[in-house]
Amino acid sequence: MLKQRPFLIETLTAIGLIAAPFLLPHLGFAPNTVNRILVWGLFGLGFDILFGFTGLLSFGQSAFYGTGGFVAAYLLTRAGFSNVLGALIIGMIAAAVTGYLIGLIALRRTGIYFAMITVAIAEVFFFVEFNPLSDFTGGENGLPGVPTPSFNLGFTTVHFTNGWSLYQFIALCYFVGVIIALRIVRSPVGAIFSAIRDNPLRATAVGHNIHGYKLTAFVIAAAYAGFAGGLLGVLQAFMPPDAFTFDTSGQLVMQTAIGGRGTLFGPLVGAAVWLFLQDFLQAALGLGAAWKLVLGVVFVVLVCFLRGGIVGGLADLYGLVSGKRARPAAETEEEAEIETPQQAPPAPMQAKEVAHPAYSGPILKATGLTKRYGGLVANSDIDFSVNQGELRGIIGPNGAGKSTFFKMLTCEIAPTSGQIVFEGRDITGLKVTEVCQLGLTKSYQVNQLFTGLTVRQNLTIAALAELRGKFRLDLFRKLSGVKGLTEQVEHTLALVNLTRRADTPVSELAYGEKRRLEIGLALATSPRLLLLDEPLAGMSPRERVETVKLLKSIARGRTVIIIDHDMDSLFELVERVTVLQEGKVLLDGTPEEIRTNAAVQEAYLGGVHGEIAA
Amino acid sequence: MISWPNLVSQLFNGLALGALLALISSGLTIIYGTLGVLNLAHGAMFMIGGYAGFVAYQYTESFLIAVIAGSLFVMLLGVVMERVIIRHFYHRPHEDQLLVTFGLGICFVELVRLIFSSQSQLVPPPALFQGITNLGFMFYPTYRLAVVGIVAVALGALFIVLYRTRLGMIVRAGIEDSVMVDSLGINVYRVFMVVFGIGAMAAGFAGIVNAPVVSLTPGIGDDILVQTFVVVVIGGVGSFPGAILGGLIAGEIISVTSMFNPGYAYVMLFAAMTLVLVVRPHGLLGVQGRE
Repeated sequence: MLKQRPFLIETLTAIGLIAAPFLLPHLGFAPNTVNRILVWGLFGLGFDILFGFTGLLSFGQSAFYGTGGFVAAYLLTRAGFSNVLGALIIGMIAAAVTGYLIGLIALRRTGIYFAMITVAIAEVFFFVEFNPLSDFTGGENGLPGVPTPSFNLGFTTVHFTNGWSLYQFIALCYFVGVIIALRIVRSPVGAIFSAIRDNPLRATAVGHNIHGYKLTAFVIAAAYAGFAGGLLGVLQAFMPPDAFTFDTSGQLVMQTAIGGRGTLFGPLVGAAVWLFLQDFLQAALGLGAAWKLVLGVVFVVLVCFLRGGIVGGLADLYGLVSGKRARPAAETEEEAEIETPQQAPPAPMQAKEVAHPAYSGPILKATGLTKRYGGLVANSDIDFSVNQGELRGIIGPNGAGKSTFFKMLTCEIAPTSGQIVFEGRDITGLKVTEVCQLGLTKSYQVNQLFTGLTVRQNLTIAALAELRGKFRLDLFRKLSGVKGLTEQVEHTLALVNLTRRADTPVSELAYGEKRRLEIGLALATSPRLLLLDEPLAGMSPRERVETVKLLKSIARGRTVIIIDHDMDSLFELVERVTVLQEGKVLLDGTPEEIRTNAAVQEAYLGGVHGEIAA
Repeated sequence: MISWPNLVSQLFNGLALGALLALISSGLTIIYGTLGVLNLAHGAMFMIGGYAGFVAYQYTESFLIAVIAGSLFVMLLGVVMERVIIRHFYHRPHEDQLLVTFGLGICFVELVRLIFSSQSQLVPPPALFQGITNLGFMFYPTYRLAVVGIVAVALGALFIVLYRTRLGMIVRAGIEDSVMVDSLGINVYRVFMVVFGIGAMAAGFAGIVNAPVVSLTPGIGDDILVQTFVVVVIGGVGSFPGAILGGLIAGEIISVTSMFNPGYAYVMLFAAMTLVLVVRPHGLLGVQGRE
């Protein structure tokens, strides 16, 4: 929304931070409150990358907040360390390392399991702080006497003591935190984070090692938490043991949800609302202990009715006022009319370079492929071979095991027995991510898109997998700095005829357009072998004609296998057809042979004839 | 410090705690299994069961009535909660479900704190189970023995409901595949409401039964919630037998470790959970594929 101008958000943040000491006192904020808000905001920057951007809701951030805080405080109070900034950074590193180790365990599972495991882990840290490590952490007394930072500049010494003076230091830390977070969010890694949030299955299938990226997000969040924890000690001149409590994690989650997840500034806004209301309700209204109940109710209401929190709500309001939301609907109708006269078809996209240039056998060869689900045999002893550059069709009645067969070929599910060889290389037992990286991927029968993102962002994520490999930590590289990315995305857009819809969110696309984007996602990884699972399903006759044209241009320069029920379209497209029935290969031949074959007619119509006869 | 009678009595403590955890976890796990919602307010349900029973006890001086009142109140609360709020979250992401139940949990705890203050409250054990029993080789508080029995009966009742009734059949089918149950023409929403009520009641019942063992505070459910998570991760989400097995394991680990050093109880619990996650990521009795 504000992405056009470079450094706009950074500049606004700086202005806001500079103006705060002049404005906020008039609103009744004490400097100490503002400092606490900033510490929570910094804590929340990392958490928002984890939760808002990557979609991992952790209830255990207190573990890292406390770890960073106590390491820094211990160094400064007990170990005779005098460099405050240095101690904060060491604390941050300690928290990040802890985050890495904990992440290895917690990220073994996803969803609610992940949430439960993080809760349990944080609780362990709390008890460890209190008991086994109380000699180092001061147990329930915490660590008093944490000094404030001072910097010797040669000619003078700057000492940030407390109040607005300390504010300058904390605000600077927050500003640096914001700049780093913005860089991360705008990097290729940031793009993949949102892909994981929206559709982890597809992010894996287009060739990203999502476990590695999740762990990265987890470590980033832990690092931010660790630094913020250290700042808490500096701010209070005392490291409180309650940094480790479940309440700390809970408050962070609530503040982020109140302020708005996925916005980076949501946690700061949430913290401001939280601390302001806490003071206001306790002091001004004399509610005493009831303040937390009020905040709890506010939180529940917000989660129920305003999913994007305060910042998200304001953004929606801004969109509503500026009329941005009204346009897409009109565009859809308009588009339907212009769609038919397609411009000259774009040049076929280059597939990846061949891994073994010398290899000349069939690009794919499956032998004895079998899949059993308990007693149910989905695929039984399938032998299948496709040559380089071939355009192959697969047909078969519902339940013939076509989709299962595809899933095994792309290694999404493991075969019970049998072997798959891709370009002379045995890929049986590899992961779907690795297979995609080798140049074999598929489009899905049911759309698997990144629904919260735009068309361009969707294709970007797929293209990134090809251009960057399955895992790479270019956290500070701009998306535009990835060589060849723009070209590849533009090219794919043109190929699937979505150029004019490039900046439309997926949720606003028509069904046919989503279907084309589904193919585009597979295509943007530049596969040498592309499997299409019912690409024409659910399309109107006119859309089918368009899509068949599209498929023809896609098939130039690569090998394609298509499953579909629309035999007229399929027979027009492909060179050879394989017929599956009841999990077995029934027949293999040219479209003409298949059309006239009695066994195929029997497979499709036999049951019906039988019933009619009976 | 570590003597034979001490160990046995800790094993008994572990059994009592484990049985309670098993019951609470069963509630959590059947709700999750059927509805797909992890109820972070489950610990608050446990706490409210204790307080509701405490109020009933103050009026009637009858422990039996306190148990019935506590359980029924929490069941009612669960039904209302499902009807008014949770129902609107079935089609929203897991994170939203976690957030809303977490928020509700806080509201419940703070509401109780407002009414009863943070001071701890006591519910005496029923006259029948007061005092100490001589087990021959050691003396043990009678009520704690009774807790094991009471909870075992409750778990048995839950077993009968789950495995021997029509409703239970639907619930177990729902855990396997709730879409299928829906398409069979069963009103899933009504089943969901009942299940949420039963699940909450399991926690509430445990709350009041546990009240004479420890004193009541508004925060009593928080620790229990964390322990319940560990139980469910160990046992396997959605598995009733897994909840019982996990509960007993967790109870014994906490008790036996506490004998040496209470500070390490959670560390050991966590170590056990990690071990299970590494060796059997889906829990000891969990089924692969349910996430």
